[in-house]
Amino acid sequence: MDLLQTKGIEKQFLGVKALKGVDFAVKAGEIHALMGENGAGKSTLIKIITGVYPASAGSVYFNGKECKFRSPLDAEHAGISTVYQEVNLLPDLSVAENICIGREPRTKLGFIDKKERKVQARKALARLDIDINVGENLSSYSIAIQQLVAIARALDVDCKLLILDEPTSSLDENEVKELFKVMKKLREEGMAIIFITHFLDQVYEVSDRITILRDGQLVGSYEAKDLPRIEMVAKMIGKTPDEINQMQAGIVKNTKFGDTVYEAKNIGRVGTISPVDISIREGEQLGLAGLLGSGRSEIAQIIFGVDPHDSGTMTMCGKSVNFNSPQKAVKAKVALIAEDRKVTGIIPDLTIRENIMLALQASKGIWKTMTLKQQEEMAEKYIKLLRIKTPSGEQLIKHLSGGNQQKVLIARWLATNPKLLILDEPTRGIDVGAKAEIEALTQQLCGEGMAVIFISSELEEVVRDCDRVIVLRDRKKVGEVAGADISLKNVMKLIAG
Amino acid sequence: MKKFKFPMRYVPISATILVFFIVYLIGIISFENFGSPKVFIDLFVDNAYLGIAAIGTALVILTGGIDLSVGSIIAFTSILIAKMIATGSNALVAIALALVIGILFGMLQGWLIHCFSLPPFLVTLAGMFFIRGCGFIVSEESIGIKNDPVFNFIQNDLTIRLGKGMNIRFIVIVYIIVLIAAIFFSQRTRSGRSIYAIGDNELAATLMGIPVGRTKIMTYTIAGFCSALAGVVYAVYLKAGNPLNCVGLEMDAIAAVVIGGTLLTGGVGYVFGSLFGVLVLGLIQTLIVFDGRINSWWTRIIVGLLVLAFIFMQNLITKISKAKSKSQ
Amino acid sequence: MNKSSNKFRHLVWPLVSLALLLLFNAIFTDNFFKIEVKKQDSAQAVQTPSVPTESPQPGTSWITPENYETVSDSTETAAQTVKDSAGQQAVPEKKDGKGVSIFGYYLYGTPIDILNQGSKVMVLAIGMTLVIATGGIDISVGAVMAIAGAIAALLISMLDAGNCIGAGMGPSVYWIIPVIAALVLATLAGFWNGMLVAGFGIQPMVATLVLMVAGRGVAQLITDGQIITFDNPGLVFLCNGHALFLPFSVWIVIAMYVIACLLTRKTAFGLFIESVGNNERASRYAGIEARRIKWLTYVICGFCAGVAGLLAASNIKCADSNNAGLYLELDAILATVIGGTSMAGGRFFLSGSLVGAILIQTLTTTMYMKNVSPAIVAVPKAMVVIIVCLLQSPVFRAKVLSIFASKAAKGGVQ
Repeated sequence: MDLLQTKGIEKQFLGVKALKGVDFAVKAGEIHALMGENGAGKSTLIKIITGVYPASAGSVYFNGKECKFRSPLDAEHAGISTVYQEVNLLPDLSVAENICIGREPRTKLGFIDKKERKVQARKALARLDIDINVGENLSSYSIAIQQLVAIARALDVDCKLLILDEPTSSLDENEVKELFKVMKKLREEGMAIIFITHFLDQVYEVSDRITILRDGQLVGSYEAKDLPRIEMVAKMIGKTPDEINQMQAGIVKNTKFGDTVYEAKNIGRVGTISPVDISIREGEQLGLAGLLGSGRSEIAQIIFGVDPHDSGTMTMCGKSVNFNSPQKAVKAKVALIAEDRKVTGIIPDLTIRENIMLALQASKGIWKTMTLKQQEEMAEKYIKLLRIKTPSGEQLIKHLSGGNQQKVLIARWLATNPKLLILDEPTRGIDVGAKAEIEALTQQLCGEGMAVIFISSELEEVVRDCDRVIVLRDRKKVGEVAGADISLKNVMKLIAG
Repeated sequence: MKKFKFPMRYVPISATILVFFIVYLIGIISFENFGSPKVFIDLFVDNAYLGIAAIGTALVILTGGIDLSVGSIIAFTSILIAKMIATGSNALVAIALALVIGILFGMLQGWLIHCFSLPPFLVTLAGMFFIRGCGFIVSEESIGIKNDPVFNFIQNDLTIRLGKGMNIRFIVIVYIIVLIAAIFFSQRTRSGRSIYAIGDNELAATLMGIPVGRTKIMTYTIAGFCSALAGVVYAVYLKAGNPLNCVGLEMDAIAAVVIGGTLLTGGVGYVFGSLFGVLVLGLIQTLIVFDGRINSWWTRIIVGLLVLAFIFMQNLITKISKAKSKSQ
Repeated sequence: MNKSSNKFRHLVWPLVSLALLLLFNAIFTDNFFKIEVKKQDSAQAVQTPSVPTESPQPGTSWITPENYETVSDSTETAAQTVKDSAGQQAVPEKKDGKGVSIFGYYLYGTPIDILNQGSKVMVLAIGMTLVIATGGIDISVGAVMAIAGAIAALLISMLDAGNCIGAGMGPSVYWIIPVIAALVLATLAGFWNGMLVAGFGIQPMVATLVLMVAGRGVAQLITDGQIITFDNPGLVFLCNGHALFLPFSVWIVIAMYVIACLLTRKTAFGLFIESVGNNERASRYAGIEARRIKWLTYVICGFCAGVAGLLAASNIKCADSNNAGLYLELDAILATVIGGTSMAGGRFFLSGSLVGAILIQTLTTTMYMKNVSPAIVAVPKAMVVIIVCLLQSPVFRAKVLSIFASKAAKGGVQ
């Protein structure tokens, strides 16, 4: 009997269909992995199930009854609990309080019974075979323990369906093992668990069934033991294994490049990415391929100086450098168009013109300014070049569509005339026409001698455009293909392992 | 063998208590009569009103908010009571009315802050202007409270006499009762714990089912009540009401709360700490009075430095615990 | 195109409110707009009200309604109307002869007075606007004003007594020294605040709270607890003198405003401030040194507080550490918010802040002319704060719109 069932779930956001009729079911006593790349609709589906917002169409059935949750609290009362990636708990309160807050046991006088509260908390943790001092602040424990506390809280509110959203992102190997032990124990007790993750190895280690979404649609639900890895990867990127085999191995690739622009040896960061070597030459387009969460963006952020690195050295045009801040990287003519443009990219209340000239101005400092005319001409130039849909450069960037905002960011960095340009998911959320334009643009830039690192979950793009591809899986470099060896089949083999 | 780890959460308040004892010690060493019980009792009597106000401020700060209207409510309350008594009203009625106004005013501020997502700083700033002005509408000059039977009773008869001239005055009793009630409330009731939850991580608190809106409004209501009660105590203490009084007192209350170990960002700290924060402020003032040479303005400088020291200490503790949880 | 209308949109509501207020005054207040041209009579000396030497407790003041007009530190909401502890009445001064003037002629009247008295808040608002635009706040400016006034008064009295370097320069020149000292000290205070906020990452309200609490103590330390009076013509001229028909304080405001505009709009500084305030993380990713930008805004705010402190001291010809600038930080924040700068940071409008400051001062003066006690002025001020906040709150606007929408729907259904 299915514990949770969704029928024909659709979700529409302002003209974009995030989910197009998804039928999804989870049984009691199983660990069910939910997989899909960006834009697949995973988080939207989960948000509908947990009551963050309602579906535009379709229905959700829990325990056989139709449910219309109006808030995560509603869902929690019904028996659906979520443990989020950032462990949304109260760091400065004790473990016992975190587990019991809002439901503390009370004495006859109506005051909170502190002893009982500790007992209640210990009981909840004991169900996970955990014994810690519940009087300590939550923040004094590691993320792994904090997650288990979150799970314990879910158990304490009588959870029947537990949703774990990327729980292993911040855990080391041992902690992951502990978590899986706990998950398996809960499964034996009849709990249903939805496990969202990008780590392929982990999926197979612990899941009973796997559901794959792509582009807002259900690709299918399969028994884990019946789904070979390469088939799963193929389904996630939308190709059948036969199609992949039949695809011609690549376009003729350029093999003549200039001097080495950037070289990093043994660059790594504990807990983020294992040490890796990267180098790139003038005119070369280097692709970083792998599923989401494999460490691609993390490498980009280390190169650009956003995150520090624990090991390794880097050189830029032969000179040893240490980028420990974006300012330093920008001055050395490195540019990064990062993944999450809302957070790290656009300045929402500034105009398009201001957003475009910002990085260039930052590299010049406070005193050397461009005249308004120069700025306007620059804005005009890029609006035309990238075909940004806007009535004028004086529009506020927050009023543009996502794709056009992305184009403005690309314009910003092109304006600095970088030697090394890093593009992290540049074509995400952009219409087909614009995608082609951006692809052509990167080819052109390489032709003019720029070095480009191209990060994308669209493996086809990477295979088609890049001269060399580094393949990543689970935060490790697992392979590298160049020139004629670049094909979808080869790359996918490396990813699947 | 299990090593006894001193819990991080008690470090700030331990530091406050330590500072209190150190300053007291300095006083005892430097001056002859400093150790006398009278000095200790006077500490409470002179600062009872600030202490009560600081309790309300502490609760508001624990939710991550702030209340700038404290001093003005005290002034308004005191002059309202004085005027009503002077024009013949029963003192008890006056006191009751003042408390009700304090409650309603706090509730209004809380409602504006929560329901319209207005910054607490600006709302309570407006509240401060508003109620201070209202005090002047009641009377532009100070009014003494003389020959009122209720007040005389409170001041003279409602005292616990311990002999040897040591008395625990009524206002001190009120302060201690309110303090104990507040400590119980913040540690042993669900609403009290909700206050901490909201200050620590409001988003998580909402997801965990805590009634954030209701709790926030309740907190500002309590703060309004505490400020009004402090005004009553002040009127008893001064035997007068004055619309000009307590200018800037809210800053003293906030300083007392910070020195008492409460984080201005909320979620961390103890109401109990505000007691010691107020006592430390009072001690410094007493020390300076005892030493005729040091001038009164040193109080401000020392208090400012203490606030700075505690802010740095809290910053440091936060950084240490973050590093600890990452390395595990 | 769109550009020019967008540029001045933020000024609409403040200017409309100001216009309404002026209209009210035009109708209901006698002689509000009466502006005369006066001639400086060189024979008339500048009279100073007698001042007790001990600085009274904060909240009490030797300023009474009678001498208010001559002394008029008008934005003190709580400090008025009480006779000082010795029961002394200040000497009422005639309305003519307010200081020296260039060319011998000057304009005189209530609107001029508004500009003169509002100059302090206007100068403060310039610095405060930049700090708020980065998403921060500075509640110590009142205390810094007191420090600036204190050091200026101390130095000028030392120079007058011949006890200080530079005394040999002569009274008409050596007043430069106290001015520079005051500005340097105030700028250092701003540097201190910037260090706590940008250097140590302490929350702005918390960080500036320290100086707000300790600052007046420092000011009193400087003056040794006394109110130090002075009558050096150079210092006095700052707030009491006239140049080209307008009070000199107005010219100081204009100069500060022009410098601020040049600094923020002719360089990339203003753009960086707005960027950092709007999205600090994205600004860092774009290569902007966010820390440096924030630090600078606090330094500038400190400098502005120094100028305002000099004006305040000059106005009453003494340094009163307890009352100088009392509550003015709140007025400056209010002026900034009225002027269109959001407390969350981002786009800022210096012109809006000036209009906001003028609006607040006009409100205050209107009340005074209606013989409303200065302290009661706080009541309408409070309501203005709430109304502005509500108008800026998206939640409020959404709720109001939904009320109108449902009413319209009801109307449409019929």
